[in-house]
Amino acid sequence: MNTALFISGSSPSFTAAREGLHGKWEPMLEAEYVRIPPEAEGIDISHKVILYLEDITVSFDGFKALNALTLHIDAGELRCIIGPNGAGKTTMMDVVTGKTKPDTGTAFLGQSIDLLHLSEPEIAHAGIGRKFQKPTVFDQHTVFENLELAMKTSKSVWKTLFAHLDSEAKDRIAATIDLIRLKNEVYRPAGLLSHGQKQWLEIGMLLMQEPKLLLLDEPVAGMTDEETERTAELFLSLAGKHSLMVVEHDMAFIKQLGGKVTVLHEGSVLAEGSLSTVQNDQRVIEVYLGR
Amino acid sequence: MSAQKITCSLTATTGLQETDSPLLPTRLMAILDSKTIIMGGGFAFIACVLVPILHLVLPVGHPLHLSDYFVTLIGKILCYAIVAVAFDLIWGYAGILSLGHGIFFALGGYAFGMYLMRGIGMDGNYHSHLPDFMVFLNWKSFPWYWVGSSHFLWALFLVIAVPALLALVFGFFAFRSRIRGVYFSIITQALTFACMLLFFRNETGFGGNNGFTDFKRILGYSITAPATRVTLFALSALMLLFTLFISRFLVTSKFGRVLTAIRDAESRVMFIGYNPVSFKLFIWTLSAVLCAIAGALYVPQVGIINPGEMSPANSIEIAIWVAVGGRGKLRGAVLGAFIVNLAKSWFTVSFPEYWLFFLGALFVLVTLYLPDGVVGLWEKTLHQLRRKGVTL
Repeated sequence: MNTALFISGSSPSFTAAREGLHGKWEPMLEAEYVRIPPEAEGIDISHKVILYLEDITVSFDGFKALNALTLHIDAGELRCIIGPNGAGKTTMMDVVTGKTKPDTGTAFLGQSIDLLHLSEPEIAHAGIGRKFQKPTVFDQHTVFENLELAMKTSKSVWKTLFAHLDSEAKDRIAATIDLIRLKNEVYRPAGLLSHGQKQWLEIGMLLMQEPKLLLLDEPVAGMTDEETERTAELFLSLAGKHSLMVVEHDMAFIKQLGGKVTVLHEGSVLAEGSLSTVQNDQRVIEVYLGR
Repeated sequence: MSAQKITCSLTATTGLQETDSPLLPTRLMAILDSKTIIMGGGFAFIACVLVPILHLVLPVGHPLHLSDYFVTLIGKILCYAIVAVAFDLIWGYAGILSLGHGIFFALGGYAFGMYLMRGIGMDGNYHSHLPDFMVFLNWKSFPWYWVGSSHFLWALFLVIAVPALLALVFGFFAFRSRIRGVYFSIITQALTFACMLLFFRNETGFGGNNGFTDFKRILGYSITAPATRVTLFALSALMLLFTLFISRFLVTSKFGRVLTAIRDAESRVMFIGYNPVSFKLFIWTLSAVLCAIAGALYVPQVGIINPGEMSPANSIEIAIWVAVGGRGKLRGAVLGAFIVNLAKSWFTVSFPEYWLFFLGALFVLVTLYLPDGVVGLWEKTLHQLRRKGVTL
């Protein structure tokens, strides 16, 4: 059983899904989002790994939310993270995005960027984008303005004061609006959108940032089956050019994504492998069903 | 639909693109639409031409003559309106509730008051080159921080530099430590209270509890002359227009959209790569400077500045002006300053002992029933009338 835990590479369903979608999403994404090659971003992925978490421990008043967690995400990988409530999934994202500083351990983006010494905005600029568990869009701003604010550009005070949208930027926003299917809601305040639409808007904002690594915390919660399926298609089309880390409870969704699955339990990695491997793992079954 | 087509429809249906033109002059043009120019021009005409004529040319007793009292009162409220707009920038747009903003107003007033004190020259009660309160303290010379205060330009520099420095240092530490909401409000209140106690002390060198008063002249002109009064009135009006212009530019820019985003979801703003500390610090310091300029215009008009201006109650009143007018709306701030202060000047003459009760009741009622203030109520009424097919 132990050897099966660390299977790497894609399962057959993963490959099939990507090929099946090729015609649908890929051309537009190629043109709109993947202009800048990874090397130009300043992230050194020469060892094919984009995120290193080593031995991370986070305690809150003695409770170890993360306990010597070690996790690597390969460049271009689509990784799913599952685990029962309190397993440390959100805390792990907090560490990666700079919201929480761990007690011990190291976190590197690529070979050279030490995440533990950067602030939240600096980490965002380094190329990590995050979608929160509870969709957080700017309720008072329109869909268009939400995307405009998220767009990758200089975010200093001075540049923002005299910022203007050139036609290229407008095209990018328009393309994203097309992609997240909010064409009819462009000038509605985001607070008036449905839950599923907010989730999509937040994914759109994430794409506008052009991150290299996307952290997605329960992206399909509150979505209809059809929306969930479309989200899976979108993520599959992003993988390869971007690296994705998806936290989800929806097993059908994870099955559709088909990538490697990591099971977190009590703040550390319990099992890793394809979905069917971890689902048959005795310890994983115990954790989910109780002893 | 292709990307280009969407972009075209975007441009057609929003004003956003106009205000986002690459050329700065084009953006300024977009802010200054014809309605704004007419209103601003009309206001400037009234303040700079009509009021001076009605005050200076028409004889006292003429039915259209504007009294000293009226010009001073409105001039004072114009200064308050500048403060209200500056306050709205940080509270209404950036969500920072300062309950100590009076400190910046007072510091601006004190900085300019020093110049006015030097203008008294040898005409004080003790006929000394030192102000009366220094003679009273038996001081023989000016303390170091009074050096240069007899120069008008140096005074103007101090008016801006001292409050800006205080705002910058205080804001840097407060925002960097992520102090927000009610904690920030309490700390600002403590700041203004501490400064008030400091300025109450005679040894501080700013006249103790009497502050500065008995001013004689400004730039050589008699400070009580009607022409001087009307000039200060006109300057206050122009400064208000300028403040509104800058504020409009800021809140319609992408900067303004980032500010409101910080107000609504600060952590989200950080995760898309903006550093809220710099944005807050910029608007906070700008707001402080605008308040200080208002204070400097206020002091020569009312003829006195004392530590009472730093009392927490004064700062809370500023928040009430903006709440009454409508926060997050620039004209709401102006309107609120006028409504509350006109009511105040009537109340404190007719029912002086009930003013604070009225003010408190006003704040409670506005919070409960008019969350968007008077301007919000007006907009809502207009909207409902339009829905019923009535056009105004």
